[in-house]
Amino acid sequence: MKVLVCIGHVPDTTSKINFANNDTEFDSNGIQYVINPHDEFTLARAMFLKEKQGASLTVVNVGPSTTETTLRKSLAIGADNAIRINAEPKDSLFVAQQIAKVAKDGAYDLVMAGKESIDYNGGMVPGLMASILGVPFVNAVVGVDVDGDKISVTREIDGGKETVSATLPVVIAGQKGLVKEEELRIPNMRGIMMARKKPLTVVEPDGDFTMTEFVKFEKPEVKSACKMVSADNVGELIDLLHNEAKAI
Amino acid sequence: MSVLIYAESWNGKFKKTSFEAISYGVDLASKMDSEAIALTINAESVEELYKYGVAKVISVKNDSLKSFATNSFAGVVKEVADSISAHTIVMLASSNVNSFAPSLSIEWDASLATGVIAEPASFEPFTVNRKVFSNKAHADVVLSKENKVLVVAQNSFGVIENEVSGSSEEFNVSPSDGNVSVESTEMASGKVNLMDAEIVVSAGRGMKSGDNWAMIEEMADLLGAGTACSKPVSDIGWRSHEEHVGQTGKNIAPNLYFAIGISGAIQHVAGVNSSKVIVAINTDEEAPIFKAADYGIVGDAFKVVPELIEKIRTLKG
Ligand SMILES: Cc1cc2nc3c(=O)[nH]c(=O)nc-3n(C[C@H](O)[C@H](O)[C@H](O)COP(=O)(O)OP(=O)(O)OC[C@H]3O[C@@H](n4cnc5c(N)ncnc54)[C@H](O)[C@@H]3O)c2cc1C
Ligand SMILES: Nc1ncnc2c1ncn2[C@@H]1O[C@H](COP(=O)(O)O)[C@@H](O)[C@H]1O
Repeated sequence: MKVLVCIGHVPDTTSKINFANNDTEFDSNGIQYVINPHDEFTLARAMFLKEKQGASLTVVNVGPSTTETTLRKSLAIGADNAIRINAEPKDSLFVAQQIAKVAKDGAYDLVMAGKESIDYNGGMVPGLMASILGVPFVNAVVGVDVDGDKISVTREIDGGKETVSATLPVVIAGQKGLVKEEELRIPNMRGIMMARKKPLTVVEPDGDFTMTEFVKFEKPEVKSACKMVSADNVGELIDLLHNEAKAI
Repeated sequence: MSVLIYAESWNGKFKKTSFEAISYGVDLASKMDSEAIALTINAESVEELYKYGVAKVISVKNDSLKSFATNSFAGVVKEVADSISAHTIVMLASSNVNSFAPSLSIEWDASLATGVIAEPASFEPFTVNRKVFSNKAHADVVLSKENKVLVVAQNSFGVIENEVSGSSEEFNVSPSDGNVSVESTEMASGKVNLMDAEIVVSAGRGMKSGDNWAMIEEMADLLGAGTACSKPVSDIGWRSHEEHVGQTGKNIAPNLYFAIGISGAIQHVAGVNSSKVIVAINTDEEAPIFKAADYGIVGDAFKVVPELIEKIRTLKG
C-alpha cells in the first residue's frame, strides 16, 4: 500500500500574527514554522499503517525550499521519502492540483491530509484533491482502518460520528482523535540521523490554476476592557448578562 | 440570474444554520439584483424558510440522499444551480457542507471561499472577508471565477426574520451513487451540540479533576448550553476530545461563552474569540483570558460557579 501524507508548513501556534507590505502579505519575520498540527495526527496514524501493515509512506509539501525543514522533520518521524513541489502555494486550488498530480502519477492508494491548515484555514485542499482525482473523500476523520483495498473511516459529524466504507484509492482529511495525544511522534536522534539520508525529491509545478487571491489582511479590533464583577457579588454578573448583554 | 441558498436539514428538520444561510443569501441576492432561491434536500416543512425572506424553494426528495457522500451531494447542488442559472451558491459551515463544498466548486467550476464572515465588500472584483490564522486575523479574498461558492462561518451574519409569502416546487434529480457507504452513525444523546449551542460553558485545568465537572454540567443544563473544555483537559482525558475548543480543536462562535479556570492561551482564544460575549472566571487576575473577555470575575470557580447556578436558577424561575 502506498500512502501519501500532505504536510503543511505553518507558523507555530504561539505566533503573533503581523502583516507586511501595506497589509498585503504575511510577515514571516521571527516566525517559527511547524508541521500543521492536524497533519501531525495524520502522520502519526500513517506511521501505524507503515509499522503494522507495511505501507510505504511519502510526505509531500507545496512550497519553496524553506519548507524542507518541515519535510525533514516528517522524514525523521519515519516517512520513507519526501517530495517538495517547488512553488509558492498560491491558493488552495493550486496546491490541490499540484498534489493531485503527484498522487496520480505515483498511483498512491491513500492520500492523507489534515482537516485544515492553521494559517489560511481553508479546509479545502483535501476535498479539492479528491474531486480532481475523482475518488471518494472523507473529512474530519478520527478513525481509519485499511484491509486490502477496502477502507473503513470514522468521521466527526455535527453532534456525533459516522463510519463509512469505501474502496481505495481514497482521500481523507484527519484531525485530533485520529491517534491519541501520547501517540503523536517526536523525532528522536536516530530518526534525525536517518532522515538525512532519505530521498527528498524536488519537482517543478505543473499548470497554474487559481480561483482566489488574498488581497489584504487585517487584525480584528481589540476588545474594549473587560468589565470586572466582584466575587462577593456574582449576582451582578447574571444581571449584566441578562439586562446589559442580553445574552441569557 | 440567481443566488442559490442551500438550507441544510438533518432527519428532515432544518438545522439552525440554514436560517442564517437564508438571511445571508436573501440580502446578497438583493444587492446583486438577483433572485434568491433556496434548495432543500429531504426537508419536511420547507415553508419554514419563508420567514427568513426567501420566496422560492426548490425541494429535492430522494432516498439515496438520505446518507451522505460528497460526490452525490455536490452533484445534486450543481444540477439545481445549473437549472436556475445561479451565479453564486451560499451555504453555512457544517460538517457536511465543509465536506462537499470543495467538490462542488470543482464540479461547478467555481471559486470557493470558506470561513466567510461578511457580505462581499465589493462585487467588481468579487471580494469577501474571511477568517485566517485561526481567527487571529481576517483577509479580503478576491474570487476570480464567474461562479462562486461561499461557505459562511456560523453566527457571523446572524438570523434575520423577514416573512414573505413563498412557494415551493419539487425538483427531480438523478444523483450519482455515493462513492462511500455509510455503515453506522452514532449520535451523542441528550446533549446540546457544541456547534449549534447559543451558550457554551467551558472549563479548563483550573477545575483540578474530571470529577469536578458536575457543576459545569449543571450550569450548562440550566442555561440550555453546550459544554466545552481546553486542550489539556481533553488530553488528560477529563473530558472527551469532542469538547476541545481552540486553534487545534473546534472553532466556535456562540452568543455567550463562559471560560472557567481557563488561562486563555493564544491557542485557546483563537478558537473562541468570535463568541459575541465572553465571560472569564479565574483566580488569577493576571490571566490572559481577561484580555479576551467582556465580563470577568477574579475568584475561585468552586465558590463562584455554585453561586452562579443559584442565581441562574432564580432568574429562570
Ligand atoms: C500546538 C499547540 C496547539 C494547542 N491548541 C490548543 C487548543 O486548540 N485549545 C486549547 O485550549 N489549548 C491549546 N493549546 C494549549 C494551550 O497552549 C494551553 O496550554 C491551554 O489552553 C491551557 O489550558 P488551561 O487554561 O485549561 O490550563 P492552564 O493554563 O493550566 O490554566 C488553568 C487556569 O485555571 C486557573 N485556576 C486554577 N484554579 C482555579 C480555581 N479554583 N478557580 C478558577 N480558576 C482557577 C489558573 O489561574 C489558570 O489560569 C495548544 C498548545 C500547543 C503547543
Ligand atoms: N502547501 C501545502 N503542502 C502540502 N499540503 C498542504 C499544503 N496546504 C495544505 N495542505 C494539506 O491540506 C490540508 C488542509 O489545508 P487547507 O485546505 O489549506 O486548510 C492541510 O492539513 C495539509 O494536509
